[in-house]
Amino acid sequence: MAACTTLDPMTKATADEVAERDFASIVATHRAQIFRFLLASTRDVDLAETLTQDCFLKAHRNWSSFRGDSSPMTWLMRIAINLQKDNWRNRRLQFWRHTRTNAVDVEEASDWLPSGERSAEQQMLAREQVANVWRSVDGLSERQRTVFLLRFVEELELKEIADATGLSEGTVKAHLSRALSRVRAELGEK
Amino acid sequence: MERNDENLTGTHRATEREGLDPLDPKTREAIGNFRASVHAWSDSMVSRSRVPAEVTTRKSQWSTPGWVLGSAVFVGAVSGGLYQNHHQQEQARAAAAREAEHQQQLAAERAREEEDLLAKVDSDLSREVPSAMEPLASLMSDEGSK
Repeated sequence: MAACTTLDPMTKATADEVAERDFASIVATHRAQIFRFLLASTRDVDLAETLTQDCFLKAHRNWSSFRGDSSPMTWLMRIAINLQKDNWRNRRLQFWRHTRTNAVDVEEASDWLPSGERSAEQQMLAREQVANVWRSVDGLSERQRTVFLLRFVEELELKEIADATGLSEGTVKAHLSRALSRVRAELGEK
Repeated sequence: MERNDENLTGTHRATEREGLDPLDPKTREAIGNFRASVHAWSDSMVSRSRVPAEVTTRKSQWSTPGWVLGSAVFVGAVSGGLYQNHHQQEQARAAAAREAEHQQQLAAERAREEEDLLAKVDSDLSREVPSAMEPLASLMSDEGSK
């Protein structure tokens, strides 16, 4: 009876194994989402892949310190946002260098549309709308862009965006409102 | 299009629930298409990231000639080095032989010069007869003639 109620203490090796397994499932679950956010932020496939790798590497190193205060996705997204910020800052600081960028232009990015039953006209219209949104996203500040993408591409709630960015919900709301005004203006002009 | 609208309705409801300005239909549609486009692009790129394995396999077909070429270059470099080393040694040996021959010639010349000098000295000495001995020398020559 006593044996049933007493919990066996977990050895360190077992705990490590469990942690590894947990982390592997976290990677499998969230990799696509993190990559998508970074791809939308940079419009550079190679850079997005590199930053995604870095994000999970950093997460793996700090996995033991993750206490579960926020969801793993929010935690990973915060790492991804910081990596993207660092990358952006490094590029700005290295403006004198002729750095090659693989970022695709707005027109090329707008070519991607889900295959569905659409007429040629509908597809053309959709492509134009996507290009307009990309243009307005280009004109946003770094924070506004991050908030906009997290909200409308990743469909996170205000609370989750606030957790991931480290901003208050009010500030997130303000950034989102400005970003939407810009998108509306861009769509209205066309 | 329908799928985008369904997704958008969820976001739209959340937008209203969170106290944000509701999206007008045009903006809603544009943002829906934008999201669908980003998802399609990302999904396509995620599946593309498996391609490098195939490329690696193809590369491995070329690895044998590459390996052979590398070995050939290595052997060429080593044999070239050895040949150069051998050539240098030959040159050094020939130079040493030439130098030794030259030294021999110089020594022979010096010896010849010394010999000539000694011969000259001898002849000079033999020709010079001291004045005190001259009468005897004449007597000896007279007796010899008798």
